[in-house]
Amino acid sequence: MQNKSVTFWLFLTPVLLSLSLVVIVPLLLGVFYSFTNWDGLTFTQFVGFENYIQIFQNDSFINALWFTTKFTIACVILLNITGLGLALLVTRNLKSKNFLRTVFFMPNLIGGLILGFIWQFIFINVFDFVGRMLGQEWLLGWLSNETTGFWGLVILMVWQMAGYIMIIYIAYLESVPQELVEASEIDGATSFQKLRYVIFPLVRPAFTVSMFLTLSNSFKIYDQNLSLTNGGPYDSTQMLAMDIVRTAFESNQMALGEAKAVIFFLIVAAIALTQVYYNKKREVEV
Amino acid sequence: MKKKKGLIILEVIGLLLALLWLAPFYLMIVNAFKTKKGIFSDVIGLPEEATFENFKEAFVDLNFMNSLFNSLLITIISVLIIIFFSAMAAYALQRNSSKLSKTLLLVFVAAMLIPFQSVMIPLISIFGNVEMLNRAGLIFMYLGFGCSLSIFLYHGSLAGISKSLDEAAIIDGANRLQIFWHIIFPILKPISITVAILNVIWIWNDYLLPSLVLSGENETIPLRMFYFFGQYTKQWHLALAGLTLAIIPIIIFYFISQKHIIKGVVEGAVK
Repeated sequence: MQNKSVTFWLFLTPVLLSLSLVVIVPLLLGVFYSFTNWDGLTFTQFVGFENYIQIFQNDSFINALWFTTKFTIACVILLNITGLGLALLVTRNLKSKNFLRTVFFMPNLIGGLILGFIWQFIFINVFDFVGRMLGQEWLLGWLSNETTGFWGLVILMVWQMAGYIMIIYIAYLESVPQELVEASEIDGATSFQKLRYVIFPLVRPAFTVSMFLTLSNSFKIYDQNLSLTNGGPYDSTQMLAMDIVRTAFESNQMALGEAKAVIFFLIVAAIALTQVYYNKKREVEV
Repeated sequence: MKKKKGLIILEVIGLLLALLWLAPFYLMIVNAFKTKKGIFSDVIGLPEEATFENFKEAFVDLNFMNSLFNSLLITIISVLIIIFFSAMAAYALQRNSSKLSKTLLLVFVAAMLIPFQSVMIPLISIFGNVEMLNRAGLIFMYLGFGCSLSIFLYHGSLAGISKSLDEAAIIDGANRLQIFWHIIFPILKPISITVAILNVIWIWNDYLLPSLVLSGENETIPLRMFYFFGQYTKQWHLALAGLTLAIIPIIIFYFISQKHIIKGVVEGAVK
C-alpha cells in the first residue's frame, strides 16, 4: 500500500480521527490553556506561568505529590517481592498450582473501585471487630488517619496487583532452561545459590518489566484512592490523580487543574521514557 | 524424601495464602446475607439466618438490569470497534514501508504514554461543546484511548504474515478491503482474542471516564455503586450485596476464558 493510495488513508481514518480528537488535540489544548485563565468555556487573557506558580503556593498538590511518591515506592517494593514470591511458589511442582494461580490473579480482573469498597468494609468493620475481640488496639480506627489510610491503600494495591506481577514473573521463570537448574543441582548448589546465581540472572528482564509496570500503575492510581479513603481524612491521603480531578471538576479551577495535569504528564512521560531507554539498552546487551 | 516433605510444606503455605487472598471475597459474601444487626454482632462467621432481602433491595437500588445492559452495550461495542479499526490500521501501516508509515506507528506508540488525567479536562470540554457527552461519545473516546496498544499488538503479529498472501489475492482480482476481511483478519484471530480481553477488562471496570461522560439512565455498574456510598450513613448490608452482584459477571467471564486471559495479560504487559 502506497502513501498516496486512497485505501491506505481509508484504513487509517477511523483511528487517526479518534486519536486526534480524544488524545492529541486535548493534550495540546490543555498545555495551551494552562498558560491562560481558561474557565472551561472561554479565556480572556494569557497569564504566563501564574497557574504553575499557584500550584506551588498551595499545599494540596505538593502534599499529593509527596503522598503519591511514598505510596509508589512502597508499592513497587512490596509488589515485586510478593509477585516474585508467589511466582516462585506456583512454578514448583505443586498439586494446587493451577488453583493457586487462579486465586492470586483473580483480584486483577475486578475494578479498583469495587475492590476499594470491599476493603473499606474490611478495614473499618472487620478490623474493628477483630481488634476488639482480641484486644489488639492497632486494629482499631483504620482509615481514620493518614498512616492507616496509607497502609490501607498499599495493602489494597498489593493484594490486587500481586497476581499480575506474579504472571509476568511466571512467564520468564518458565522459560529458564531446566537443564541449567539441574546442572547446578548436580554441582551441589543450595536452593538459595540456585536462585541467586542461576535463576535471577535469567529472569532479570522480568524485573525491569514489573518495576516500571508497578511504578506507573501506582503513580497514576485513582479509583482505589476514591473508593477506599476518598482522599480523607482532611485530604491527607489524596493522590495526584485525585487532586487534578477535584481541582478541575469540583472546585472548577480549570486552568489550575490543567497546569497540574501538565506537570503530571511530564512526570509520567519521564518514567515511561526511562523505561524505553532501559529496554533499548537491554536489547543491545542480549 | 526430603524433597517431598519440602513440597508438602510449600503446598500448605500456598493454600494458606490462597485463603488470605480469598478472605475479602468471603467477608463480602457472608455479610451480604446478614441483616444490619447481624453484621454488627458478628462480622466473621456465617450468617445465622441467611436472607436474600439485601440482594433484592440492592438489585433495585443499582437499577441492575439497566446498568448491566449499559455496561455490556458500551463494553461490547467499544471492543468490537477497537478490534476492527485497529487491525485495519495496523494492516495498512505494516504493509507500507515508507517513512510516513513508521512515523505514524511511532505516534500511536507514543500516545500510550499519555496518562488519561492529562487530557481529560479539555476532552470533556470539547465533547460537551458538541453535545457528545453520551454513550456514543464514550464509545468514540474508547476507540481513541484503546487503539494505540491494539495497533501495536496487531502490528507485531502482522509482521509474521507473508505478503505473498496479499499478492496472490491481488492477482485474483481482490481489493484491499476484501483481502483484509477474508484473508488477513481471520489469521489474526489469536491476537484479536488478546486485544479483546485487554480491552474488555479495562472498559468494563473503567470508572473515571464514564463518570465524567454519563449520567442518569445511562450509568454503568461502577457508576451506580455510588448509590450506596454517597450517603452519610452506610448501609453495609445493602452495599455488600450490591458489590457481590457487580462482581458476578466478571467472575463468570474469568472462569470461561481463564487461559486466554492469562496469555493476553502477559502479551499486553511484556511488549
